[in-house]
Amino acid sequence: MLASLGLILLCQLIGEVVVHGLGLPLPGPVLGLLLLLILLLARDRFSLLARGPLCNDGVETASRGLLAHLSLLFVPAGVGVVQKLDLLASHGIAIILVLALSVVVTLLATVLTFRLVSRLLKQQDA
Amino acid sequence: MKDNPFSLWVYLSQSPLLWLTVTLLVYAGTDAVSLATRRHPFANPVLHAMWIIGAFLLLTGTSYTTYFAGAQFVHFLLGPATVALAVPLYENRKRVVASVVPMLVALVAGSVTAVVSVVLLAELAGLPRDVVLSLAPKSVTAGVAMGIAESLHADPSLAAVAVILTGIMGAIIVTPLMNRTGVTDYRARGFAAGLAAHGIGTARAFQVDEIAGVFSGIAMSLNALVTSFLVPLAVTLLVR
Repeated sequence: MLASLGLILLCQLIGEVVVHGLGLPLPGPVLGLLLLLILLLARDRFSLLARGPLCNDGVETASRGLLAHLSLLFVPAGVGVVQKLDLLASHGIAIILVLALSVVVTLLATVLTFRLVSRLLKQQDA
Repeated sequence: MKDNPFSLWVYLSQSPLLWLTVTLLVYAGTDAVSLATRRHPFANPVLHAMWIIGAFLLLTGTSYTTYFAGAQFVHFLLGPATVALAVPLYENRKRVVASVVPMLVALVAGSVTAVVSVVLLAELAGLPRDVVLSLAPKSVTAGVAMGIAESLHADPSLAAVAVILTGIMGAIIVTPLMNRTGVTDYRARGFAAGLAAHGIGTARAFQVDEIAGVFSGIAMSLNALVTSFLVPLAVTLLVR
């Protein structure tokens, strides 16, 4: 468990170092995600890697534990709304409406595009 | 106890222990309610934990900085949790590889819609320029959005609030909206949730369906990437 958490942190650390070192416009943890994915895929190919956190579902169990309460992790940033009460008092309704409309439009555009393209591909196959 | 209760409060309210405990317990409570209502969208645990803790801070006159000194330990885990998304992605890799084309097309359509719609709507609503800029990156996860807002000389803390509000609204709306569109493909539904509502949408997607959660996580990661490039471009083109 401890080694698995350490491996997850290490992936994030390497991600942050690379992103900051090279000035890449992507978040460090996203690069860390790619790194852990590559490690998991490499483990299946090379048995040499299948030890420590990469065997017996080690890193898998630790990751599931972290993801089980993903919503909790947003609470501290969300409480930051108390700092913005002045702005919300003056522009709150407009801001909420703008965000709500935009999120609906975005959800629809994404889901319908996804479905359209996957149907077109299926027709091509048939 | 030799001191009066007030001095004990002064001591505790300045320590990270109290605010970390409050964060965990309030969330445990709102999550239990969410579970008891069989994950009803309006019983969103983040939404209710947010206002309960916020009200508690205002009532006790505690500053957000003091609160965050304790809550930062939870906040910190956002990074490792993003890395951990590699595991569900790995476990469902065959399905993901099989849908790579619809994913990439939907990614471009969704990211552009997210940024352009919020900028145009905010301008239409006559919001001040710095507010428009801070709202622009609202569909990506908090850390990334704050970075984008900073590079535009907008307000990073407002960007974070916009991100959380967007995530909560997305998580509430996604299930009823998708049911109404009649889309039953959980890959597409999850992808849309993660793209529009980042991690909060992804948390919601995992509650509904494992495959939806996986696709939501991918959408969230990819969108962080695309939006970082897109927002500066959209802002130069669209904001007066």
